[in-house]
Amino acid sequence: MEERVVMAGFGGQGVMSMGQLLTYAGMIENKNVSWLPSYGPEMRGGTANCNVIVSDTPVGSPIVTEATGAIVMNRPSLDKFESEIVQGGNLLINSSLIDRKAEREDINVYYIPANDIAVELGNGKVANMVMLGAYLELTKAVKVESVVEALKKVFGERKAHLIPLNEKALQRGAEMVKK
Amino acid sequence: MGKILMKGNEAIGAAAIKAGCKYFFGYPITPQNELPEYMSRELPKVGGVFLQAESEVAAINMVYGAAGAGARVMTSSSSPGIALKQEGISYIAGAELPCVIVNIVRGGPGLGGIQPAQSDYYQATRGGGNGDYRHVVYAPATLQETVDLVMEAFDVADMYRIPVMVIGDGMIGQMMEPVEFKEPKKRELPPKDWATDGTKGEREPNIINSLFIDPQELEDHVWKLEKKHELIKQNETRYEEYNLEDAEVVVVAYGTTSRVVKNAIAKCEEEGIKVGLIRPITLWPFPEEAFDKINENAKGVLTVEMSTGQMIDDVKIAVKGKHPVYFHGRTGGMVPDPRDIVAEIKKIAGGEK
Repeated sequence: MEERVVMAGFGGQGVMSMGQLLTYAGMIENKNVSWLPSYGPEMRGGTANCNVIVSDTPVGSPIVTEATGAIVMNRPSLDKFESEIVQGGNLLINSSLIDRKAEREDINVYYIPANDIAVELGNGKVANMVMLGAYLELTKAVKVESVVEALKKVFGERKAHLIPLNEKALQRGAEMVKK
Repeated sequence: MGKILMKGNEAIGAAAIKAGCKYFFGYPITPQNELPEYMSRELPKVGGVFLQAESEVAAINMVYGAAGAGARVMTSSSSPGIALKQEGISYIAGAELPCVIVNIVRGGPGLGGIQPAQSDYYQATRGGGNGDYRHVVYAPATLQETVDLVMEAFDVADMYRIPVMVIGDGMIGQMMEPVEFKEPKKRELPPKDWATDGTKGEREPNIINSLFIDPQELEDHVWKLEKKHELIKQNETRYEEYNLEDAEVVVVAYGTTSRVVKNAIAKCEEEGIKVGLIRPITLWPFPEEAFDKINENAKGVLTVEMSTGQMIDDVKIAVKGKHPVYFHGRTGGMVPDPRDIVAEIKKIAGGEK
């Protein structure tokens, strides 16, 4: 098993933390993991993205060149990363903010209104967790419980009250892609 | 202690503190800023000092002073900042002082860019400062190796009284991987009886100096340094080798690039092409001995770098004309694509010139 994922969106959509949580969860499961952020001028206003690898074997390059999956939170990210996905890979599109359909026909495309679901849950900020939930349901890259464990570590005592909301978001995302 | 997930720059700082580094002098520059930031937060907690100097030149001379007083001291910067520090590095090497210098390389020349590069190979291995001097250069490829080598760098610096550079790039600095802090192998370190840490009225003053006006005295000093360099070559050269016995093509790459190369090698193996790897872990001393292990029938040696070709000079010296040497490079902050490396390997394996 090797998942090579690109997560992308506007700065502030939580793509970096979504990637870190997946990485952390992979580490908890004793898998080989790496997290590589884009850094530089594109962080302001443009797209921010991170590359995550979760693998049973040691990670070679942390740069994702042939992505097994992509989670795109905004339109520029879809434009940029649709072509990077391998045949048969997964493309998760945040349809709340992206008004076009995917062009590729040789990949699996899922449309998830992540922002709408997050607002329904009472906090627009968990849109990233909705997407992550869907991604995990599709790929089983790591267990949802491991992500929750990672959340506990990242949030600490002070933000522990946010965990149930995040769990709900993960769950709603999963439901969107359940067959 | 278990593994923890850390960003490269912070992991370097944590490793340095674990190794007993008490002093950090630096000046901000992307993409290594999380390292001084980490030090500014963590060093005071262990009774150390973080100081943001007014310039890189000031920072390296503060390192000179702290090292002269016998402290474990570090500075970090990125390419243009390291360029400014070269004068101080030459003085520290001349005065035979231990210190650790981290270069999170970015594209150049000049201010260049901020993305990953390996275009400071010459600067690191030939020395950007004046005079007959060398310093050790470690080039880790993973964050685990980075923390291991940073910790060991302090021991090696103390052991030989020499500056040690750890070279990475924005990718090593910015990425996150699990790391575990393990004690480096125990070394018998000589006492720092040369340090200017106060005579307490009990001994003659020690003098830290790199000025030798009498040419005979300077020649003796320089040959003494050179003997030390030879000893380091014998004892501290490090590299990773893979499949040199029956490889059709041997790739040479270090740091970030070596990881991309490993992906390319895996792809080639799927297609039945045998590819070997030499990954220098020390850029100086360069692991020349590894090249003697390449099998006679190898069709070529491919050097892959994030530069227009700098390490290739050392590769050619080490290959001794026994195999053709090829080059593939991206520069300016662009990282080689494993697919392009596969194409280069295939060209060589197929015998094309």
